[in-house]
Amino acid sequence: MIEFRRVSKVFDGGEKKVEALKEINITVEKGDIFGVIGFSGAGKSTLIRTVNLLEYPTSGEVIVEGKDLAKMSEKDLREAKKNIGMIFQHFNLLNSKTVFDNVAMPLLLGKKKKKEIEERVNEILRFVGLEDKAMNYPNQLSGGQKQRVGIARALATNPSILLCDEATSALDPQTTKAILNLLKRINEEYKITILIITHEMEVIKEICNRVAVMEDGSVIESGNVIDIFARPRTETTRNFIRSVVRDEVPSSVYGLLNEDAYFSRIFKIDFLGLSSGQPIVSKTAKRFNVEINVLFGNITELQGIPFGNLIVEIIGNEDEIDRALQFIKNQNVKVKEVTKDGSKQRAHFKRLVGNAVHG
Amino acid sequence: MEVSKELILNALWETLYMVSISLFFGSIIGIFLGILLVVTRKGHIYENRFIFSIVNPIVNIFRSIPFIILLVAIIPFTRLMVGTSIGTTAAIVPLVLHIGPYISRLVENSLLEVDEGIIEAAKAMGATPIQIIFRFLMPEAFASLILSITTATIGLVGATAMAGAIGGGGLGDVAITYGYQRFSTITIFVTVLILVIVVQGVQSLGNIFERKIRRV
Repeated sequence: MIEFRRVSKVFDGGEKKVEALKEINITVEKGDIFGVIGFSGAGKSTLIRTVNLLEYPTSGEVIVEGKDLAKMSEKDLREAKKNIGMIFQHFNLLNSKTVFDNVAMPLLLGKKKKKEIEERVNEILRFVGLEDKAMNYPNQLSGGQKQRVGIARALATNPSILLCDEATSALDPQTTKAILNLLKRINEEYKITILIITHEMEVIKEICNRVAVMEDGSVIESGNVIDIFARPRTETTRNFIRSVVRDEVPSSVYGLLNEDAYFSRIFKIDFLGLSSGQPIVSKTAKRFNVEINVLFGNITELQGIPFGNLIVEIIGNEDEIDRALQFIKNQNVKVKEVTKDGSKQRAHFKRLVGNAVHG
Repeated sequence: MEVSKELILNALWETLYMVSISLFFGSIIGIFLGILLVVTRKGHIYENRFIFSIVNPIVNIFRSIPFIILLVAIIPFTRLMVGTSIGTTAAIVPLVLHIGPYISRLVENSLLEVDEGIIEAAKAMGATPIQIIFRFLMPEAFASLILSITTATIGLVGATAMAGAIGGGGLGDVAITYGYQRFSTITIFVTVLILVIVVQGVQSLGNIFERKIRRV
């Protein structure tokens, strides 16, 4: 568990003072995969560095597994750091040493016995899938393999916490996925609490269960990933979510809005949870005398729960469309009509009210 | 007049003797000061403004004195160290004082080239400052250090040519006393040729080692 209690950090660059962190309060629970997302310069790198005191907070406390590392002696601090693994964007491996020696390094520093080191290093290299690369040098490896070495090195001392500093930012999308899967396995199999900082919402979406959004040195939003995705409160968060789940109506859809909207109307259906898209669409089409045409869709999964939106065209007579719409609404999804006018998406209730009076 | 083969060989031996002994002690001093210059600078693992602001100008002072001046300027000190101020052994004292600070700058550069991320990773692992220096910085800079020492060695070969001024002997001395002062062009030619070969040899050796360490 990591608790940030009113953590502030000011970099004193002579005349110019930079407030990198402003009264940060976050709690990372045991077993969490906690993501901190923000643009560069938001302070997230500084934040993660206060956990193992690569940066000392100017004020406030960071409590790691119940202890305030800043109050420890140098010796105790070094010991405590063995319980906190860290991986980096640029891997920071020793190019002069083999994969084996890189992974063995933290154990060597801890003056462990040679046999013990050998067993542990081989075990952990097997876990990350690099047992056949033990005698290679880092510059003979791909980016993904280098990060696996970084992970193996971070796990060598059996830490209870793993800090990931933009660990996938230098990797291609496919390798990123593989590394994220590995991190998830580490979290599940070794019960290691993971704190990740990133500027990629993809990372949060893929593996985090909790997230904090940082901007300008402050946490502007935090909570369960599902809650944040479903109900973002700030524009920054909405922008990050849009980077993985498109929610704007594509212009081709607007092109389809024709004059005789009487027989055809276009709706955007937002999903979260069990009421996943396809059953609703097919059920509605079966139950009512309407045709439903899926124009556009973007559905993803957050911790096994479907999340996203569908843009559908419902074709039929007006009453039937209204009834179908009411049915869809009752499935506990958000429905908005796509209209041509300036507001882009007019809340459909206006039309509904009108129709209700009409009917 | 002709210069005997023995004379040339003897001079070669004197040059190699001066170079190797002063390289040995100069490297010890240079590596120590180089590390000190790196780790005591601002923001580094042993940040210490006091030590840095003493070592840095001292190195600069020794680097700025022309070797021929240094050679004669420290004669009392040389006598104190080796009991004499004339001869090959006496030349080693100023050579060490000349090359040590030079090596320290080269070492400083090599160590500063090491990616800061390596130090960060080391700190994150809970490495002590001594462990950071000897288990992270030095191994990572090793290939670059080899090239630095190579450069220093070649600098030393050049500096030994001036050792004749205090009776140090060596190839440079032969070139001056026999070649220049007695108008023996062939002597100058032979000694310069030998010096070229020595320098080429040292440089090639350095490159081979460096490549072996970098595994390219």
